[in-house]
Amino acid sequence: MNEETAVVALSGVSKRFRGGTVALQGIDLEVRPREFVSLIGPSGCGKSTLLRVIGDLVPPTEGAVTVNGKPAGRARRDRDYGIVFQQAVLYDWRTVAKNIALPLEMLGWDRRRRKERVDEMLQLVELTGFADHHPWQLSGGMQQRVSIARALSFEPALLLMDEPFGALDEMTRERLNVELLRIWAETGSTVVFVTHSIPEAVFLSTRVVVMSARPGRIAQVIDVDLPQPRTNEVREEPRFFELVTEVREALARGGAEQATAQLIAEGEL
Amino acid sequence: MALVFAAGMLLWQFAFAPWLGKFLLPTPTEIARSLHDHWSILWHAGWFTLQEALGGFAIGSGLGIAVALALARWRRLSGALMPYAIAANAVPIIAFAPIMNDWFGLLNPRSKMAIAAVLCFFPVLVNTVRGLTSVPPAAIELMRSYAASELDVFRRVRFPSALPFVFTGLKVATVLSMIGAIVGEYFGGSIQALGVQIENSVTLFDLPLAWAAIVVASAMGIAFYVLIGVVERFTMDWHPSAQGVRE
Repeated sequence: MNEETAVVALSGVSKRFRGGTVALQGIDLEVRPREFVSLIGPSGCGKSTLLRVIGDLVPPTEGAVTVNGKPAGRARRDRDYGIVFQQAVLYDWRTVAKNIALPLEMLGWDRRRRKERVDEMLQLVELTGFADHHPWQLSGGMQQRVSIARALSFEPALLLMDEPFGALDEMTRERLNVELLRIWAETGSTVVFVTHSIPEAVFLSTRVVVMSARPGRIAQVIDVDLPQPRTNEVREEPRFFELVTEVREALARGGAEQATAQLIAEGEL
Repeated sequence: MALVFAAGMLLWQFAFAPWLGKFLLPTPTEIARSLHDHWSILWHAGWFTLQEALGGFAIGSGLGIAVALALARWRRLSGALMPYAIAANAVPIIAFAPIMNDWFGLLNPRSKMAIAAVLCFFPVLVNTVRGLTSVPPAAIELMRSYAASELDVFRRVRFPSALPFVFTGLKVATVLSMIGAIVGEYFGGSIQALGVQIENSVTLFDLPLAWAAIVVASAMGIAFYVLIGVVERFTMDWHPSAQGVRE
């Protein structure tokens, strides 16, 4: 797989913050078109930082980042990706419709075109009829759906998601997982998804990237061969449990290796 | 609210006033009569003082917002300038009021405007800075993901975010501007001014007139505050508080 066709290509990416914290070390990763890749790892392993490096919101200290065949900076300026955070980050002074239209306004779309697209997106996330509501009138799950609609409104090739369902309850979360997969299938976009939840990572992804504790490195990449389209019944299949176990063990190994390496470095072993 | 007011008035008329005596606390009826008898003088004095307060409010708040914009934009300035702003705020009004009177002229209403402006400056500054800088980082990151310019970020995010804070500052400033104008007048000013009227009538032991003047001052202060509140409702009609929603 050459770098031109990959949607995201990371090569030797490291990130050291001022003050010495090494968040990422030697990350090599490729994301192919229409993949759904999850990044999972213990707290502080740098997965959110990695997402932001892909989005050119944090510059890497070393290494190359290519998005859509361009350097990350140009991809950001060309608006090649949409991003969804854990908080919906909707602007209270705008209605739902105007929140979704925000990136379109910045792209200079005219009113009619914006309205058409907003209506399409509302249908996609099943919030038709809420166009004139304000964010504080919606539940957490609905707000996240608006956030997703906004991120996809300008049809970016890539969707970056940073634990978008982390603040929601389990049932809403599972429902939105299924919704997200439907949206992903309908739009044909590529998704990089950061999560804390092993079942969520396995349920959603085509590949799960397991990261080790700080400094964050890729411990293992696991292919998820569950059939598509996935419904909640998939969660009850034996293969699902096998994969969840595989991810869990990879996480534990990643942590153990890290601890061992640290002890060796400190001369204790 | 009407019940509380009525009960208060009755208590005042029949309990507190007789108890304290007419040289300390006249009854509401005496005050009402004085208000009626001296209405023309009081109304004009009130208007005169209100203009001083409005002028001071406009200047002080305007400067406060302008400096806040600069401090929020160039954060390094903040460390350099804030200590001076705080120091200026700490100087008590009774210290610099006579100085302002000297600078501008005792009878010149601009001296009282200056006092009111100084009082308004700091609260508006502090609240506006808080508003401009308390935007959640994710909101800024979101704009950066849209390759937004600094101006875009300001126009679309910082400014609307800051409005509730700015209005808090402005509401505080309405009250302070009236206080500044009237207290400034205590140190000397035109006979047309309300503060001077209050002071003179107290000196002459015409307590009902003094209290009548105070009623006028309060009414104008309240009206000013309510006016800002109305402007706030109008500009921020999206805010949950404006729509009567309990958060």
